[in-house]
Formats: sequence, C-alpha cells, structure tokens
Amino acid sequence: MPELIINPGVEIRNSKFELYQFRMRLAIASGFVMFMFFLLFVRFFYLQVIQHEHYDTLAEANRISIASIVPNRGIIVDSAGVLLATNYSAYTLEIMPHKVDDIEALIDQLATVVEITPKDRRRFKKLTEESKSFESLPIRNRLSDEEIARFAANRYRFPGVEINARLFRQYPQGEVFSHVVGHIGRINQRELDNLVESGLDANYRGTDYIGKVGLEQSYETQLHGTTGVEEVEVDSGGRAVRTLSRSAPVSGNNLVLKLDAKLQEAVYRAFGNNRGALVAIEPSTGGVLAFVSRPGFDPNLFVDGIDPQNWRELNESIDRPMLNRALAGTYPPGSTFKPFMALAALFYGKRRPEQAISDPGGFQFGNHFFRDDKVGGHGAVDMYKSIVVSCDTYYYMLANDLGIDNIAKFMGQFGFGSRTGIDITGESAGILPSQAWKMKRFRQKWYAGETISVGIGQGYNTYTPLQLAHAIAAIANDGVMYRPHIVDYVENIVTRGRTVVEPQPLRKIDIQPEHLQVVKNALVGVNKEGTGARAFAGAPYVSAGKTGTAQVIAIKQGEKYVESRVAERHRDHALFVAYAPADAPRIALAVIVENAGFGARAAAPIARQVFDYYLLGKQPTPIRVDKDNNDASPD
Amino acid sequence: MPHLIKRVSRLLTAHLDVQLLLVTALLMAVSLVVIFSGSNQNLLRVSSQMINMLVAFAVMYAFANIPPHFLMRIALPLYVFGVMLLVCVALFGDIVNGARRWLHVGVTRIQPSEIMKIAVPLMLAWYFDRYAKSLRFTNHIVAAALLFIPVGLVVRQPDLGTAMLISAAGCYVLFLAGLSWRIIIGLAVAGAASLPLLWSIMHDYQRQRILTLIDPSQDPLGAGYHTIQSTIAVGSGGILGKGWLQGTQTHLDFIPERTTDFIFAVYSEEFGLLGNVLLLLLFMLMIARGMVITANAPTLFTRLFGGAITLTFFTYAFVNMGMVSGILPVVGVPLPLISYGGTSLVTICLGLGILMSIQTHKKLVQS
Repeated sequence: MPELIINPGVEIRNSKFELYQFRMRLAIASGFVMFMFFLLFVRFFYLQVIQHEHYDTLAEANRISIASIVPNRGIIVDSAGVLLATNYSAYTLEIMPHKVDDIEALIDQLATVVEITPKDRRRFKKLTEESKSFESLPIRNRLSDEEIARFAANRYRFPGVEINARLFRQYPQGEVFSHVVGHIGRINQRELDNLVESGLDANYRGTDYIGKVGLEQSYETQLHGTTGVEEVEVDSGGRAVRTLSRSAPVSGNNLVLKLDAKLQEAVYRAFGNNRGALVAIEPSTGGVLAFVSRPGFDPNLFVDGIDPQNWRELNESIDRPMLNRALAGTYPPGSTFKPFMALAALFYGKRRPEQAISDPGGFQFGNHFFRDDKVGGHGAVDMYKSIVVSCDTYYYMLANDLGIDNIAKFMGQFGFGSRTGIDITGESAGILPSQAWKMKRFRQKWYAGETISVGIGQGYNTYTPLQLAHAIAAIANDGVMYRPHIVDYVENIVTRGRTVVEPQPLRKIDIQPEHLQVVKNALVGVNKEGTGARAFAGAPYVSAGKTGTAQVIAIKQGEKYVESRVAERHRDHALFVAYAPADAPRIALAVIVENAGFGARAAAPIARQVFDYYLLGKQPTPIRVDKDNNDASPD
Repeated sequence: MPHLIKRVSRLLTAHLDVQLLLVTALLMAVSLVVIFSGSNQNLLRVSSQMINMLVAFAVMYAFANIPPHFLMRIALPLYVFGVMLLVCVALFGDIVNGARRWLHVGVTRIQPSEIMKIAVPLMLAWYFDRYAKSLRFTNHIVAAALLFIPVGLVVRQPDLGTAMLISAAGCYVLFLAGLSWRIIIGLAVAGAASLPLLWSIMHDYQRQRILTLIDPSQDPLGAGYHTIQSTIAVGSGGILGKGWLQGTQTHLDFIPERTTDFIFAVYSEEFGLLGNVLLLLLFMLMIARGMVITANAPTLFTRLFGGAITLTFFTYAFVNMGMVSGILPVVGVPLPLISYGGTSLVTICLGLGILMSIQTHKKLVQS
C-alpha cells in the first residue's frame, strides 16, 4: 500500500471517516433487521394469539371429516312375514362428476375395464341431469367380484371414480305389490328442497334414496331411520387415518302390513289378463287385506333410476301400468250404487221396503225416456227386488224423488266424494255431485234430469275402488266406518317395540238398524237368487254382494290411437261390491274389471275366488272373460 | 505433553469464532428436532441431515482458515465464470418445471444461479475495495451493471426468488459502500414507478403467486393451498404450540415440503409463539455477531463482504418465515440452518466460515 506512506494523514482521515460512515450504514442496516424481525413477531403474534382460535378451528376442520353413516332402511313385510321390500348390499361403480372434466371419455375408458351397456349410459345421463351437485353417481350396479378386481387394478387411471358398497332396495314380490308398497328412488332437487324446508336434511346427509310412492313414501320417516355420524381424522388426501368418535345410525322401523301376500297374489292372478282393481277391507278394523291394481310394474326398475327406455314404455303403455287404479282410478259406480240409494230412500222416508213400483221398462222424464236394461220392465218391484234384479227404473224414480242434494248429503256419510284417509298418498277424492259442486265446477245450475242417472250410479259421479270398498265395508259393519289402513303395526327393530296403527273409527252413519237390515237382506239375495247367484253358486258360506256395470266415459285415453283395441276399450267396466260371511262379515271388497262387460260376469267371479281363498283357503284360478258371451243376466 | 496438545488445539481452532459456532450448533440442534417431526419420525432423514452438517462444518472450517485476501483474488474469476455459466444456461440449459435453470455438467446438473449468490457480493466488495481511493459516480454505474447483468439473466430463466436474493446481496454491498441517499431514494421511487412495467413482463405463474398472496382464498386448492395450510399451521400453534410431534397440520400431510422450505410451519405449529421468539432471537444473535465482526473488519473488502453475508442470512430467514406465515409470496428459499438439504446448509456455513475468517485474520492484515 504505497499511498499510505506517501500521504498518510489524508488516508487515515479518510479511512476514519469511511469507517464511521460504514458503521453508520451498518447501524442503519441493523435497525432495519430489527424492524423486519419485529414485523415478523407482530405477524406471529397476530396469527398465534389474536387469531389463534380461528386458525385452531380451521386446523380442526381440516383434520376432522364428518362422515355420515346411512341407516338401514326398514323392511316391509305382510301379515305373515313375507318380504315385500328388503335390502341387499352390493358394490357399485360410481363417478363424481364434479371431479371429472370429460365424463364421456371417462366412461369410454371405464368400459374397457368393466362392462357398461348403452342402457347404463342412458341411465347415468339421466341421473346427472337430475342429481344434486357433488354427489357421486353410479354408472354400474351390482359389480361382480371379477369386475371389482379388474377395476381395483386399474384404479389409478380413473381419478374421480370409486367403488362403493351400498345397500339396495329390492321388491321380491315385483309388480303384485307395486301399487301398495311403492318404491324408492334417488332424491331429486325438489325433494331435497322439501327436506331442507322441514329441517330433515341433516338426517338425510349421505342418503341417496327416498320413498317416491306408496308405503315407501307415506311411511318415509319411519322407514328411513336416524343417520349416524362418524368423526374421522383425515389427511390432506382425504384418507381416513382413524376414527375419533362415532354415533351409530339407528335403523329404520319395519312395517308389518295387514295385507296378506298370498291373498294379494291370488287376487292379482284372478284378474288374468284383465285390467282392474280390487280393494278388500276387514270391516271391523279398516285393515286393508288386499289392494290390487292391475297391471302393475316392476318397482325394482326405479330403485336406482329407471332408464329412459323403460320409463317411456311404462308411461306410454295403453294399459297405464303406472296408474294406481285402486287409489286414484275413478269409475262410475254403476249399479253398485243402488244399495246406498235404497238406504237413502229409507232414511229420507221416500220409500218403504215393501212399497212396490211398477216398472214399464223405463222412466219418462220430460222429453227423455230413461231406459231400463230389461226390455218391457221388471213388473212390480219392491226394494228387495230392486236390488236383487238391479232394476234401473226403481232408482230413476227414487233419484228424482230424493233430489241431488239429499243424495249428496246422504252419500257423503259413506265417504263418497272424499278421501278415505288411507295410509298411502295419491288418493283421488272422486266426484259426489251436488248443485253446489256443479256450480263450482262448471258455473252452471243443476238440471233435475241429471239427478236421474245418478240414481243408477252413472252421470257425474265417479269413485275410486277404495271408496267403494270403504262404503260397502260400512254396510257390512252396520254403519261404523273405520279409516282404511294398509300397515298393521310399525316395528322398532332395536327394541322390538310395536306401534300399532289403531283402527280409527271415522264415524257412525246415521241409519236405523232395521233399514240397514232390509238392504243387507237384499244384498244376500243378490248372491243367492239375483245377479250374483251364478258366481256364488254352491258357496258354503252366505255372502252379500251387488253387481254393477259402468259405461265407459272412462279413463282418459291419452295414448296413441290403436284401432284394434279401441273397441274393446269402449266396453263397459264390470264392478262388484261384496262382503262375507253375511252375518258376521270378515271381509268386504270392491272389484272393478275394466272393459269386461257385465259385473256379474267378470267381477263377481273374482270376488268369489277372494272369499273362497280368505274364508276357506282355496287357491284361486284366473278367470276368463268370454268376450262373445253376452247372455249374462243384466245387473 | 499437555502443553503440546494445548498448542495444537489452539492452532487448529485459531480461526473459529466461538459465538458463531455456538449459535450455529443451537440452530442445527433445533433443525434435527424439527426434521424428525416433519419427516414423520424418519431417522434416516435426520441422520442424512447430520451428514450434511458434518460436510457443512468441514466447509466452514476450511473457509475460516482461508485468509480474506485469497477471496479477493478469486472474486473476479468466480464472477466471470458464473456469468458465463448463466449465459450457457440461457443457451443450452435443461428446462425443469417450465424454467431453464439447470446446466448439465457431465454426470450431474448444477444451478449456476446459486453460485451468483456468493459471487455477486464478492465481486462488488472487491470492486469497491479496488476503487475505494478514487470512488466516482461512474463506479456506482459500473457496480450497478455488475449487479444487474447476472440478475437479469436469472430473471430471464425465470427464477424471481433467486434473482431477488442475488440483487438483495448486491444492494447490501452498494448500500454499505456508501451509495448516496439521494440515489437510494431515487431508485426506490423509480422502482415503485416501474412496478406496473414489472407486472407486465411477469410470467403468469409469478403473477399468480403475488395475487395469491394478496388473497389466498381465491384459489384454495391451487396456488393458495400452501400459504393457507402453512398459515393455519402457524396460527393453530398458539402461544405454546401443540407440542413436539403433535402438529396435526404436519402429521396429516397438510403442509407441503415439511422438512425443506416449509419446515418453519412445522416448528411454529408444534412450538408456538414461544418457539418462534426463541428462533428469532437465535437468528438475531447470529446476525448481531456478524454485524460486530463486520464493524470491526480491517479492510473495506471484508467490511462490505462480511456485511453482505450477514444481511443475506437475515434475508433468507425473513423471506422464509414471511412466506410461511403468509406475508410474502411463495419462493423457494430455505430457512437458514434449519431446512433439510445439503446445498443450502453448505452455502450458509461457507458464509459463516468467511465471517470467522474475517474475524480471525484481522491481526494478520493489520500487522
């Protein structure tokens, strides 16, 4: 360092100044370091003291995942313990749509590993359209062990796809019970909204299915059970590391029905290929013994989303298998209305039992002649005979004498025109016409001429087979009406406790016992010597019944026009109401066979078979309706 | 005999600084404890870091024994070599994760930008020392050029984090060399004004990181995930922490890079605010010792270089902890002496060795 020697004073001064300046800068830098570290400290203090609780919650939420454990749905059995709705477990292949970009491509790839039919694809597409967000949807159900193994080996290729063990609903009895038991289906947006509204959504976390129709729907809260909760510690990949706490799910309750599966099946078979409905009720309790609507459909199709093709077939079928005829099908009661008309006559004092009219073969009202079935008429007809031979003229006159509002008021007591309150939803109220009804419905006044056809169960009035059964059961039970119920009791499978669906007396109808006896005698007469005699010939028990034939204004025909079938579908409906044994009725029923002609021919034999089975244990054989046979006695 | 042993041992330890050594040992002890937890009690990882530490100590010892004037001699060649490598990277570098940072050399790959973290402050310190007697404004211009050539090359790779660290080291030298306040303030204003320009030339992922910093919840499962999870880890640690090996964020895999860049999240979750304060104190002790050594350094070169090294420790520590606690964007900066990994450990210990050398070679220079 030569400069140092040449000019030492300057250098030392400079050096000292430089050192001073450097140390100043160093001090400033140190201050900066202190300040920045202090900032860090402030940040730590903020996070770890002030916001600690917040971040602690976040950390907890991070590591704890609440998993729902779906309860087992209650099963449904008949009075003898025959399974009507049950569960089985199977593996499904499920896709989480929100985790997949190109679902079509994914399914194509999946199809190389497990079999995926076009039907599966269509069903899946339908599901994605209806699904709630963020739920995984099944592309394939009931995987075989081999398919599970093959998928597991290829799993890494399919993010967003998983195999789940799930409980499936199964309806072993198929279409025979389709309209009673109903079915479940995947929860749709509307049902989800309803659940949220009623505050039940928490209990449905993890549940994909809900009762859609029938008992599955009306007893949904009983069947579903209580969802369990499992707190699981998870890692960032969502994998469960261990279980922290667990509250077990409570299985849904089982339903034990009043229905007899064998009887139900017997009835279903007795219909043969005919469409129709039958409701059988135990008069003393209102318990429903058989509840058939034919044709039915396979409820198993609906469990995991019906594929569009089956859906179309069911919906567009001219037979309308989706219609619950017993519950929601409304038919003119035809002559089955006459015993009730007779009771009304006695109640209002318009006829005495022995009082006979002369039947000229019809009734002239104004310009219109209301014809009786029997050309030339039945001669002298008293009340007994009017029911036994089913004389129309007697009831034309009677209806005219009673007036529509009296009829409506009296018939209302039997439940005509109002829902019975049976424990499945979707019931039709039918139509019990009155002046007020017509004004409300058509904004027209009632014409007296319209009352006359009501007297023989035609005209405006239409009722469901359930209402007819309900009403005839009331006669059988001497005027005491019970609310019809399909479920006998609800069984808690944990405690084995039973909650019985108590017979609920709806009302005691205001009729004199002796009046009732007149009609009951006549109903026995029908099956002994009248229109029902042929069907009940040789029966070892005494039964009571009334045939009916309803003109087809009928079920709306929204279907395609199929010429060859239309004629058949314009034929009359056959009806029959009955109960037995006559002195102490154990069963009352109403049956309708669509487009089958006279009630005596098609409907009464079914009733006979039901009684034979229920009272005697005799197995039924399907009835055959001989289409060319028109010799049956008029009803 | 005892006399001989004493003399030999004194000779061997003559160039070590006890205080720096002590703080380093303490920090390394903390490191092993946290790596054990962060690796889910993987002793292999711990022992592997212990080997790294041995290597790092060897490097520290070696550099402590190299006199500073030797470093002055290699300043220019190292700098030129480093810049040449950076040019090579720009021309034929390997692309990893969309950035051209690595250079293939025979069997291994090197990241030349790492060399520049040392080479740039070394070069600048040498430059100022050389022209100290006749320092003019043009010297500052040249110094700025010396700084921005490598920084520019690193920015182009692109590696914003490293570029920032290199320029920080360079700026410390400029600042300590007495860059006038007018220029500092002028640059600061110009820098602020050029932010929009900088934004416009940034890559999308760089912008994303900055946006994510401002609002991590914008992209909770993407770019913001690391910040959110590490912030939760720090915050949920509370005052006393969840306890060693008890961090849920750590052990349930919510924290990424648990033994390397995000190791502070593990530490903070398990040892809480108390542990954080302890760590800050340890770093401050280390920096304070560096400052003292620098303040008493004999030459301008050692003062500038020592100061730059000391402040670089601060930068690493601050940037890392700031990133983990969510006030700085996510850049790949390890926590000095704590994070797992040989490279960073050796680099830091190399710096510590140089500081020791500056401290212990004082008398030689003065005499």
